[in-house]
Amino acid sequence: MHGLILRTFQVFIEDTYGPKTWGDIAVGADLDLPAFEPMLNYPPETYSALIGAAEQVLGKPAEAIWEDVGTYLVSHPNSEGLRRLLRFGGVDFIEFLHSLDDLPDRTRLAVADLVLPELELTDSGNLQFGLRVGDGLPGFGYVMIGVLRAMADDYGALALLDTEGGHRGEQILMITVIETAYAEGREFELAANTGGSEG
Amino acid sequence: MSALPEEILHLICPLHLLLDPTGHIRQAGPTLHKISRERMEGARFLEIFEVFRPRAVTSMEQLLQTEGRKIRLRLRSGVRTPLYGVLVSDGQGGAVINLSFGIHVLSAVRDYALTSSDFAPTDLAIEMLYLVEAKSAAMDASRSLNTRLQGAMVEAEERAFTDTLTGLSNRRALDTVLERFKRSGNPFSLMHIDLDHFKQVNDTLGHAAGDQVLRHVARVMTDVVRQDDIAVRVGGDEFMIVFGKLVLPDRLSEIAERLIRRIEEPVIYDGQTCEVSASIGIAVTAGPVDDPAELVEQADMALYASKRAGRAQYRFFAGPPEGDIPAQLASK
Repeated sequence: MHGLILRTFQVFIEDTYGPKTWGDIAVGADLDLPAFEPMLNYPPETYSALIGAAEQVLGKPAEAIWEDVGTYLVSHPNSEGLRRLLRFGGVDFIEFLHSLDDLPDRTRLAVADLVLPELELTDSGNLQFGLRVGDGLPGFGYVMIGVLRAMADDYGALALLDTEGGHRGEQILMITVIETAYAEGREFELAANTGGSEG
Repeated sequence: MSALPEEILHLICPLHLLLDPTGHIRQAGPTLHKISRERMEGARFLEIFEVFRPRAVTSMEQLLQTEGRKIRLRLRSGVRTPLYGVLVSDGQGGAVINLSFGIHVLSAVRDYALTSSDFAPTDLAIEMLYLVEAKSAAMDASRSLNTRLQGAMVEAEERAFTDTLTGLSNRRALDTVLERFKRSGNPFSLMHIDLDHFKQVNDTLGHAAGDQVLRHVARVMTDVVRQDDIAVRVGGDEFMIVFGKLVLPDRLSEIAERLIRRIEEPVIYDGQTCEVSASIGIAVTAGPVDDPAELVEQADMALYASKRAGRAQYRFFAGPPEGDIPAQLASK
């Protein structure tokens, strides 16, 4: 399991619920060290132990936690770097949706050994889309629901999201874009304003 | 060019220019309007741009001669961002030029507040910006990991019980061992060993030769002592050996003699012969020890007696010093 995924989960918990809650989850998951390094690899079972402990400590089903992770990745200030990277995908929400097929490849360009499940968008017309989320990372479909909801806000679009299970760990998300310019949206300049490190 | 309406260029080459046979700009792409404060249409191309590679260009005639080759140019006013370009003659005396920011795309985007729509949809500029941000984020994460790992390494070294050069135990290990003997009350003896002539080796043949000698000495010690004895490099060219449950003077003398003899075997370093010897001081417990430091001090005093007596020998500590009389020492 890539450290970046586990680290993301850690900072999500710390930024949302505080370090004490993270400490409780780390104990619950029986971690050797209560912190993940984003550039190291960990045994695969760490992930499920972590999710199980988080369900216990937060008293929430895993699906809801994953969705919150997705929202966090786009909307929290500590995750601004990732939100910017996602915004490079397109000038509006529709173009962004069409860029999702490339997301696993884009991710690999940045971090060569980070493999994300396949994504495939189908355009059914009338601003209705389906997104097939491949298997390989449990919960990734729910994370994508959170990401898409937050990205719609980011672009100022109004979209409805729903999900159904697919074959063998696959998941199908249904996206209905009600309006592409519903609200102002957040600012995005191509040039990173610091000119230095981002992240 | 008449086959294609010129407006097509605005979408697929937003950084293009059409030149008249006189060298005046007839049409400029939309992104060029963002990077120049002056109006481009109607102006002479070479008055707005300075072409400096492959060579300086001063006339339309010279400009047309660059056809098909990469040229480098910059705006004469404003930020003067460097640009890359290629010129194709239009067959009627004029030319089409397409420009690109090339590697300077990062600063151009910042300086002119460019957006995605300022680039052709097929342009890789946006991908390049994405990659730069993604890679610097990944690099930051790697760098901070490296910094933490380095900190952990230093910490681990500080907590280590091994001397990294010789593989023997270090002073921290010695303290732990002495503490253990104090607690157990078991008899033990200490040998304090200091190399003779080591400084000369270091000074004349260099530190690498000195290090080789230290490793040789460490090997000798490991060979000569029993498995449970502990050989320690306490610093520089000073060593200490702790012999658990061994207090027989005859046996210790034998070990000391053998150590000196083996240490004196020449070491060849880089074709040069390094020769050192050793002076040894020995202290033996007479009963349970309250303060191991006392025994260390006794071994130290015996060592100095060996040194004073002419080096390359060993001495037992035989009692506390009295007045001005040197420490009473049993000779070998």
